[in-house]
Amino acid sequence: MVFITACGKKETTTTSNTPAAEKPKSMMNAETEQEKMINDGRGIGEVKMVSLSVPLEQERVKRGKDIYDMKCSSCHKLTAERFVGPGWEGVTTRRKPEWIMNMTTNADVMLERDPEAQKMLELCLTRMPNQNVSIGDARDVLEYMRSNDGVK
Amino acid sequence: MKNLIVLIILIALGAYGCKPKTTGSIATGDAASKVYVAPGSYDEFYSVVSGGFSGQMAIYGIPSGRLFRVIPVFSQDPQSGYGYSEETKPMLMTSHGYVPWDDLHHIALSTTNGTHDGRWAFGNGNNTPRIARIDMTTFRTAEIIELPNSSGNHSSPFITENTEYTIAGTRFSYPPDYDGANPDVSISSYKDNFKGYLSFVGVDKESGMMDLSFQIQIPPLNTDLARGGKGPSHDWFFFSCYNSEKAFTLLEVNASQKDKDFILAVNWKKAEQYVKEGKAKAQKVKYAHNYFDENTQTAVSEIRTDVLVLDPKELKDILYLIPCPKSPHGCDVDPTGQYIVGSGKLAAIIPVFSFEKIQKAIANNDFEAEYDGIKVLKYESCLHGEVKKPGLGPLHTEFDNEGNAYTSFFVSSEIVKWNVKSLEIIDRVPTYYSIGHLSIPGGPTSKPWGKYVIAYNKITKDRYLPTGPELNQSAQLFSIEGDKMKLLLDFPTIGEPHYAEAIPAELIMPNSKKIYKLEENNHPYATKQEKETKVVREGNKVHIYMTAIRSHLVPDNIEGVKIGDEVYFHVTNLEQDWDVPHGFAIKGANNAELLIMPGETQTLKWNPDRVGIFPFYCTDFCSALHQEMQGYIRVSPAGSSVPIIFSTGKTAEVKATTGK
Repeated sequence: MVFITACGKKETTTTSNTPAAEKPKSMMNAETEQEKMINDGRGIGEVKMVSLSVPLEQERVKRGKDIYDMKCSSCHKLTAERFVGPGWEGVTTRRKPEWIMNMTTNADVMLERDPEAQKMLELCLTRMPNQNVSIGDARDVLEYMRSNDGVK
Repeated sequence: MKNLIVLIILIALGAYGCKPKTTGSIATGDAASKVYVAPGSYDEFYSVVSGGFSGQMAIYGIPSGRLFRVIPVFSQDPQSGYGYSEETKPMLMTSHGYVPWDDLHHIALSTTNGTHDGRWAFGNGNNTPRIARIDMTTFRTAEIIELPNSSGNHSSPFITENTEYTIAGTRFSYPPDYDGANPDVSISSYKDNFKGYLSFVGVDKESGMMDLSFQIQIPPLNTDLARGGKGPSHDWFFFSCYNSEKAFTLLEVNASQKDKDFILAVNWKKAEQYVKEGKAKAQKVKYAHNYFDENTQTAVSEIRTDVLVLDPKELKDILYLIPCPKSPHGCDVDPTGQYIVGSGKLAAIIPVFSFEKIQKAIANNDFEAEYDGIKVLKYESCLHGEVKKPGLGPLHTEFDNEGNAYTSFFVSSEIVKWNVKSLEIIDRVPTYYSIGHLSIPGGPTSKPWGKYVIAYNKITKDRYLPTGPELNQSAQLFSIEGDKMKLLLDFPTIGEPHYAEAIPAELIMPNSKKIYKLEENNHPYATKQEKETKVVREGNKVHIYMTAIRSHLVPDNIEGVKIGDEVYFHVTNLEQDWDVPHGFAIKGANNAELLIMPGETQTLKWNPDRVGIFPFYCTDFCSALHQEMQGYIRVSPAGSSVPIIFSTGKTAEVKATTGK
């Protein structure tokens, strides 16, 4: 876990090994950029900017569907119906693409820091798990979501 | 209270001989800060500790003494399903069938160039002779090999310098069991019919897979402990033995008659060469080789039937005997590979042999006799020197990185520090009570990490809050920084620890596996997505392809199972996050639970014994709605026409609900 704890304080310890929740000092400067991302609705994570295009990249859509089947479908339906997590219908119009990809790849931090993600947790009560999805895979899933939302 | 203390002193005096132990040697003032590992911080060392009669290995943090994990090795483990799940049952197969227990005494952590490489831990099965290999990335038993022609695999699983071999020596000699041998003999024909065996099990450099490369048949001695050479003695292996008297009853007396037994010096490199040259005899035997196939996540058990045996009576330069006083137990090689320490359990001195002198004695034909056709070297010719009056009942020796040795003394209940070259005693410290093995991080390697010595004591008595007649075993951590050893901590252990090894955390921690990738799961019954879940009947076998993810099981309503069916729940955990196992259990199973790691598939076999509705559920608290992670299966009478149906989330009543 690499996120900053609520109070941001660092505990000192007596042994040489690095404790799990310690954070690098450089994170302090990054915080303003993070605030900006959050306020923009882009979430928190490695994904800062995504450019989308039409028509959809069909190869991505296909790969995204396979990842959805394995890692997402247990909790997310393709309709608007909330199952364990929210249904995906309309998600690409409700959320910025950066937010979706950060939620997919950085769920722990998002649930800790992003107000929109926290709202979803209050609603669903099950923390979205880290399903070990790479940034590239998340982009494929996003393409599949767009396809699900009717983009051609 | 006072009476109790008096009583304890009396016991100490009576049972353990020499010196009264006082509470004055209790931990010094700064001990607490030296073992305190702050919340959220990590220990400096992993300690891999044998579980003795528990059959398992335990992982502790040092210096805190906290128990992190018990790794099931030779014994069934209901909490993980090891030895109960269909995938792991083959791990415990032997030529005797399914053996769900053993007695694990010793640990060997793999080395490269004589230093810890953090790849594998080996453990021996003492009772039904076996060696297990544990993968230190998963902390799971990856492989178990049985040893033919063997009884009492005690002097095992010690390794050569580059883990070329892990070895086994028979603590019980007995009539060998190869095809054509006649084991149906009278016990009193011991001298004629009983044999000992030294087994060399090759370890594949890359995969770690074990293969019984060859055996050396030896006279009916009881081999006890062993160590591989290193540096100059790289090509050699040293075994201690007792019972050169060839006693087969009341060994306590009858195997303690002679002044000296032997250290067996084996030139394994030469033996290896003779095997290559075809000088070994092929024997037909029967032994199991079991390994866990990571690809299919399923263990495979196969029976092997061939072994190559070398006869040192004919191949004289593979084995020499070195006389060693009074029933030697420990047989330890110092970090330089120059000195071999023999610890006679009943001896009043510790002999230290010089590898260089042994080589000279062999070259000069400096033999005093032959024992059953094996050359016996002269004691004095091999001796570097003796540690005089070290204590009573020396057992084992470990080393630091400054040329010192630390020997455990069972009878006088102490650790004695002495210098390997000068043989002078430097320090001694009492242990509570009656130490067996001891462990210094890296202590048996070319590069000891030092810092601590851990005593694994045999007697616990008053050290902890009493728990009835049966007590936990007691370990004690001492600092060895500086001239004086200092007691820092007592900590309780599982089973009965014998040997243990400790290794710096950084050699293990970065490689520790977090999840099994779903993409790499090639289990034949894996279900990688919910829409592939199904229930399939094959005759009276019903296979349920089930998935688990926070917080539901698919399918969670199953009907169509009948009395007489064998039901297999193949549960795949679809999680891909660290530390999110799901458990699975069903009412009335004559079995255990499954504990399924992220991305893994495991199978529970269930024979329903009565008609009715049986609940099943997730046993590992996984999420806020863990308690909702449950389901039902319906069992109908034999011959019922209820069809197989299954679902999750369907609320409408389904048709065909009557059994007849």
